[in-house]
Amino acid sequence: MRRARGSGALLLAPVVVALAFLAAWEALVRVGRVAPFVLPSPTAVLASLREVGAQVLAAAGATGLNALVGLVAGTALALLAASLAARVRVLREALVPLAAAAAAIPIVALAPVFATMYGATSELPRRLVVTLVVFVPVFVNALRGLLTVDPVHAELMRSYAASGWATTRWVRLPGALPFVFTGLRLAASAAVISAVVAEYFGGLQTGLGSRITSAAANSAYPRAWAYVVAACALGLLFYAAALALERAATPWRRAGTG
Amino acid sequence: MSSTRTTPGATPAGGPGTAAAPAPGGPAATPAVEVRGVVRRFGAVTALDGIDLVIERGELVSLIGPSGCGKSTLLRVVADLVEPTEGEVRVGGKSAHRARLDQDYGIAFQAAGLLEWRTVAGNVELPLQLHGVGRAARRERARELLDLVGLADFARHRPSQLSGGMQQRVAIARALAERPSLLLMDEPFGALDEMTRERLQAELLAVRAATGCTVVFVTHSVPEAVFLSDRVVVMSARPGRVAAVVPVRLGTAERDDAVRATPAFAASVVQVRAALRATEAPR
Ligand SMILES: Nc1ncnc2c1ncn2[C@@H]1O[C@H](COP(=O)(O)OP(=O)(O)O)[C@@H](O)[C@H]1O
Ligand SMILES: [Mg+2]
Repeated sequence: MRRARGSGALLLAPVVVALAFLAAWEALVRVGRVAPFVLPSPTAVLASLREVGAQVLAAAGATGLNALVGLVAGTALALLAASLAARVRVLREALVPLAAAAAAIPIVALAPVFATMYGATSELPRRLVVTLVVFVPVFVNALRGLLTVDPVHAELMRSYAASGWATTRWVRLPGALPFVFTGLRLAASAAVISAVVAEYFGGLQTGLGSRITSAAANSAYPRAWAYVVAACALGLLFYAAALALERAATPWRRAGTG
Repeated sequence: MSSTRTTPGATPAGGPGTAAAPAPGGPAATPAVEVRGVVRRFGAVTALDGIDLVIERGELVSLIGPSGCGKSTLLRVVADLVEPTEGEVRVGGKSAHRARLDQDYGIAFQAAGLLEWRTVAGNVELPLQLHGVGRAARRERARELLDLVGLADFARHRPSQLSGGMQQRVAIARALAERPSLLLMDEPFGALDEMTRERLQAELLAVRAATGCTVVFVTHSVPEAVFLSDRVVVMSARPGRVAAVVPVRLGTAERDDAVRATPAFAASVVQVRAALRATEAPR
């Protein structure tokens, strides 16, 4: 009960702000300070969303699947790489700077390259982009988690004459979970963003990104915005799912003192 | 790390229930801890310089001294968590290494060091689980120990839901899980407020009376050392040496808070303070 009310109060402020913002936007367009073809009013976007609802849903499904496949693949690879890097020093010394470099370059920039490599009939280039985008935050955070062991825990396990594997199983892995989920939360939003943006560079015309570009190219601005809204919703959905997974997997972090 | 792989869980957990009894087959006089000529250097720093110390079975000995005098290092040498550069350590007649592999001691630190992802009971069970004790036996033992430290009602709680003093009690219960004959404690009450601290001191004496185990207790509180100990080992810094050993005679039987008000207690406090002050005198 208390948690429900807590999150309700937590939601109230952003909802009020968002509504006020939408109202102001609507008013601006209605009084004619902004031309509707530059920025359609929220009601126009809503109308268009209703009109092309089925296509929006289908496009969101296509993009969502790309993001999901990339997210799962990228996370799996990152966890594998992080476990290896945590164990093997040479690997760590090789991978960490690479991950830092990968974080610095916009991986979405690779989208046109992949699109050309794999042709216009495949979702693979988009999924590859997402995989790469996801890899970096999950790898960096998971590795940090695996390498962070409370010195008291380390001494304790040594006093128990615990094997390296037992220490990993009972101390290192559970201790790394919160770090992994921090990475996953970052990756979840990034997965959707990169899946959408990767579609801007041609290829299959199935997802939200391709619809946004084609609607904009046809000056169908309310329709373009309808797809943008769907992209936002998809991003939020992914983020919320990651958050829910985190809460389910690390229940002790909610126990708190309260 | 390599040494930890040699014989994980070589002994059945729970070990022989040797509390205060002499080692089976061994001479009754085998001391609980023998430290002979131990030197430990960390690079240029000599943390311990020629330490000789014998602790009898069932004794409670405190190590006290200015910070950096090597108290923690000495405790870790006994626990085989730090290797001596020179000298020898025997625990219950065995090498310190063997004693660690055999789980002959329990250890507690200033930080409770509970695994936050485990319940209170799960933390107490950890050493038992690591050494292959079955689930039912583990449960039973954890219940017993949580009873002993007055936390029976908190078995299913998370560590983060407990106060510092309660967490430290859990750490003590965990240290006792395998019925060790030796309890090593490094400033376990150092982070607690005075009231909690005094309550836990009394509880430690009760635990010790119930289990008969030998205790080596690092502290920097003089009254704490006097209240708990049969002997107080006063150490001096740079290099770490045993400067004095002060026997405390308050009667080992029942020590309760009333003892703190007795002249004998005050006299021991004065004696330990004087020994401590002498370590600071310019040489
Ligand atoms: N792992 C270590 N590496 C380097 N120096 C250490 C290490 N452990 C302890 N020392 C040094 O040894 C000395 C004694 O430390 P310690 O045993 O922790 O003292 P105390 O517990 O009495 O405060 C200090 O000078 C400390 O800096
Ligand atoms: Mg210390």
